[in-house]
Amino acid sequence: MGAFESFSAFLAMGDHGVYVWSAYAVGAAVIAFNVVAPRLHRQRLISDHKRRMRREQR
Amino acid sequence: MWQAFVRWFHKWSSPKWFYTMSQPWSFWLGWAATLIIATALVWGLLFAPVERLQGNSYRIIFIHVPSAFLSQAIYAAIAVLGLVGLVWKMKLAFFVAKQCIPVGASMALLALVTGAIWGKPTWGTWWEWDARLTSMLVLLLLYLGLWALHNAMERPESGDRAAAILALVGVVNLPIIKFSVEWWNTLHQPATLKFTEAPPMHTSMLIPFLMAILGFYLASMAWVLMRTRLEILQRERKSRWVEDELNRFSEGQ
Amino acid sequence: MTLLPLLSSVFRREMQLAYRRRSDLANPLLFFLIVVVLFPLGVTPDMAKLAEMAPGVLWVGALLANLLSLDLLFRSDYEDGSLEQMLLAALPPTSLVVCKVGVHWLVTGLPLTVMAPLLSVMLGLPGSALPLLMLTLALGTLSLSLIGGIGAALTVGLQKGGLLLTLLIMPLFVPVIIFGTGAVQAQVAGLPWLAQLAMLAAMTTGSLALAPLLTVAALRIAVGD
Repeated sequence: MGAFESFSAFLAMGDHGVYVWSAYAVGAAVIAFNVVAPRLHRQRLISDHKRRMRREQR
Repeated sequence: MWQAFVRWFHKWSSPKWFYTMSQPWSFWLGWAATLIIATALVWGLLFAPVERLQGNSYRIIFIHVPSAFLSQAIYAAIAVLGLVGLVWKMKLAFFVAKQCIPVGASMALLALVTGAIWGKPTWGTWWEWDARLTSMLVLLLLYLGLWALHNAMERPESGDRAAAILALVGVVNLPIIKFSVEWWNTLHQPATLKFTEAPPMHTSMLIPFLMAILGFYLASMAWVLMRTRLEILQRERKSRWVEDELNRFSEGQ
Repeated sequence: MTLLPLLSSVFRREMQLAYRRRSDLANPLLFFLIVVVLFPLGVTPDMAKLAEMAPGVLWVGALLANLLSLDLLFRSDYEDGSLEQMLLAALPPTSLVVCKVGVHWLVTGLPLTVMAPLLSVMLGLPGSALPLLMLTLALGTLSLSLIGGIGAALTVGLQKGGLLLTLLIMPLFVPVIIFGTGAVQAQVAGLPWLAQLAMLAAMTTGSLALAPLLTVAALRIAVGD
């Protein structure tokens, strides 16, 4: 498997596993934030718009 | 030639045109970025050989350096956009600049955290007052200041212009800050454990490394485009076409 | 009217205003004193160790004290509307900003500089370092006031501008404090210090040239809309 002998060696990263995987986890979290935040913003815009429409109809 | 450029520029500076035309862009940029980043990271984690001095911990480089790169590039972009906005009174430039802030800040934070994590096996401590880490911390503070200034202003238009001025001050200062921090660092801690010049990279490390940088670039562009489109909807919500667009969204849901 | 009489009348007005708020002006000085007194209590009474840290402590204290007073730089003029008049007046607004910042320096930076020798004795800083300490503080606080003026102008229209001002300005103060303490520490250690001093002077002249322009632009945002 690539540069590693086995899957467990891949996970262990030559006893640097904690560092490598935590760094990649933070990376994944930041990417997830950047993907999800605009989506939430979009939903907020839509619900604000709906509320405004309802108020105007009344 | 120049006139064609000016015409193109004017077209793209209209929020409505930008909104309509950027949709396929953010879509394709997003997918290209996903593919490239995935390839680069799998390659970097799994197939790139072990580094002789640092062992496997060097694999953090594939996210650390791209994010550090992007955080600085985005700050420069914010300053340029701010200048364009101030000089040509172009609101679209301000919209893009504003939405660059969270993306750039997240990149600075990522660079900082991965740098600290990398520091532990390399220097033996989580935090070292290393010149690059320190100036990255300052950069993150600059980003937070920009965002806070936007949010503090009652009228978004004032926030746009105030943030543009602050970004310009920051961009003039950044090289001075970097220079001063490097100076201060060499004064205070001669020859502790430091990254010396990076050893020439092996091709099988260099390719995923460059790919990761490219992927982060494309992803940041896609995120900024997505965010700018929403900013346009929010700021132009009184105009007819935005209302139509929002109605379309509301029905679609 | 020519420029000079106008400027001198602005200067006199600013000094009078400063004199009327003299209790506000005592605050930064008191703060500076408190930081320097608390520091040995918190860290160590060992004079040798204190002497080593003295330039840094004095500089950080002076910087924070300066920051404390910046929030008031344009606030009262903004609130009573005189700032708007000043920006519309015949005299170039940058000269007005230089005048106001200059007075701010005269009533905070300069007193802090004058106070520093007294406090440096309490921290065991060698007397030979005093002239350089005072010179760097005088130059540095001027640069801090100039850069801080931009932040004060950006936040003048906000109700709770104080904390935001700190966040905006702190990163920009980094080079000033590095070169300021760097020069004094180098002299204490018997190393060449002229380069740091030159950099500090360059920072001060650079901010003297650029900061007023940006401050005026920021004030126009606060006033104009």
